[in-house]
Amino acid sequence: MIPATPARKPSRGALLWGLVPFGALCFSVPLWDRIDPMLFGMPFNLFWLLSWIALTPLCLWAAYRIEARRGKHGGSE
Amino acid sequence: MSPRAIALSIIFGIVGFGTAIGFLAGARRKMNLEQWTVAGRGFGVFFMYLLMAGEVYTTFSFLGASGWAYSRGGPTLYILAYLSLAYVVSFFILPPIWEMGQRHRLQTQSDFFRARYGNEYLAAFVCLVGVVSLVPYVQIQLTGLGSIVQIASFNGIGRTAAMVISALLVAGFVYASGVRAVAWVSVLKDALMLFTAVAIGVAIPHIYFGGIGHMFAALVHARPAHLTMPGATKNLGHTWFISTVLLTCVGMYMWPHAFGSAFTAKSGATLRRNAVVMPLYTTTIAFMFFAGFAAVLAVPRLSNGDLALLTIARKAFPPWFLGIIGGAGALTAMVPAAILTLTAATLFTKNLFRPVFAPRMNDDQVAKLARMMILVLTLMSLYFAIYSSATLVSLLLLGYAGVTQFFPGVVLGLYWKRVTASGVFAGMIAGVAVAAFLILSKRDPWFGWSAGFLALCLNFLVAIVVGMLSRERERADSALELPAEASSGSTST
Repeated sequence: MIPATPARKPSRGALLWGLVPFGALCFSVPLWDRIDPMLFGMPFNLFWLLSWIALTPLCLWAAYRIEARRGKHGGSE
Repeated sequence: MSPRAIALSIIFGIVGFGTAIGFLAGARRKMNLEQWTVAGRGFGVFFMYLLMAGEVYTTFSFLGASGWAYSRGGPTLYILAYLSLAYVVSFFILPPIWEMGQRHRLQTQSDFFRARYGNEYLAAFVCLVGVVSLVPYVQIQLTGLGSIVQIASFNGIGRTAAMVISALLVAGFVYASGVRAVAWVSVLKDALMLFTAVAIGVAIPHIYFGGIGHMFAALVHARPAHLTMPGATKNLGHTWFISTVLLTCVGMYMWPHAFGSAFTAKSGATLRRNAVVMPLYTTTIAFMFFAGFAAVLAVPRLSNGDLALLTIARKAFPPWFLGIIGGAGALTAMVPAAILTLTAATLFTKNLFRPVFAPRMNDDQVAKLARMMILVLTLMSLYFAIYSSATLVSLLLLGYAGVTQFFPGVVLGLYWKRVTASGVFAGMIAGVAVAAFLILSKRDPWFGWSAGFLALCLNFLVAIVVGMLSRERERADSALELPAEASSGSTST
């Protein structure tokens, strides 16, 4: 029986990719929370958020690639 | 046929079809506890996606997102931000939770705390907070379902009758098929919800303004402040946005049903792949916003903003389409209600009833009792929903603040060796107390900050300080107890 020990930490590269959406969607809100310029008929803040909903999967995909490669070399445990 | 008859028959058709799928989902499988709660840990990316989309996108996203866009304006954008970021958080915490679950045959969130910290009281406390938070959540689903079905059927069926019928159907298919029913019914629910969301979000601005661009142009002209923060509110500004997004994105997977869904996955990589694609589904919420924003000018001065979507839809659409909205709305309440009651029943039976009253119960007996509990919990939520009061909405807010306080215990438990049961316990109690005090005394937001976020910071601080101060001995002791604790009822090596 293996005791419940802390898990292996995620790699720094994956974490950095994970922080990108936080910067874009959360901390930078004073920079993008405005109406102009209106793009595709939408106020800028809505347009910005929708673009980042599309970009977040790309960041996570990059993080996934890093974790998957590490899993292969370092064993899954 | 009268509009009422058309809408009603479509609603019944959709709900009946969904229920049939739910009953068939578990047919010809022996429903033991492992199958019923975590589907034998066999879900791949597709079913994970359905299960998680099924439980995250509730009537609250249907009515609440459009309602906030209508009554509050700009601050509603936090929903888009936090949902996407919640999947980023899940990318990092769900795979190690799954690994631990696999190793120790964990089925519930409370199991996780018991295995990691070896402390029965902590596990029971987590279970209790979880169950108490889940019941008002089910109640909100049923209340939302009542309004949707009543309005969409042109009052052809009253809200009480709608709630009773659908709650019993949910209890039936959860009893029969467990978590598999939730994933399978979600196929129909997600397809319909996607279709209605896009149709509503595109058609309503088009009917009233001639397009989405024209609608926003009119809104910017008439109410220039409505579309940015703080919108129509006084105190929901950028500080509130940042603190609320952080709080809710870490809190989403602390709900016991969302946390528990991680155990149904086939592997940790499944959960990562799932996190990569999930944010895309958030776009449906944007279409709800379009409808809510359109309603600001089209149907102004409604007393209940949550009904903005349905009010404007009933004015704009033919009866058959209202029937589809009603059916989709009903399923959007029934699928989350199903996983919520399933989780509450399992938690109560396995992590509260068995350790306190019947330590000798085996897993098959737990499964039997948990399935009976479905009926009890359904009747309880129905009672609350029928005789509903505003206090239950605040109970749900408290519940959100409450379950979020599990986060330090989970993340420190995964990644920090020095964390102790006493530190996590003390932090959690401090966090729950501060959040409850600030929210109940109407101090949320407090100086612009989300109350739950401040409570979470305190919680982390307490857990870390107590962990640092604890002597090596306590840690060694709790680690030694672990194998025996975790091995009860387990067959893994």
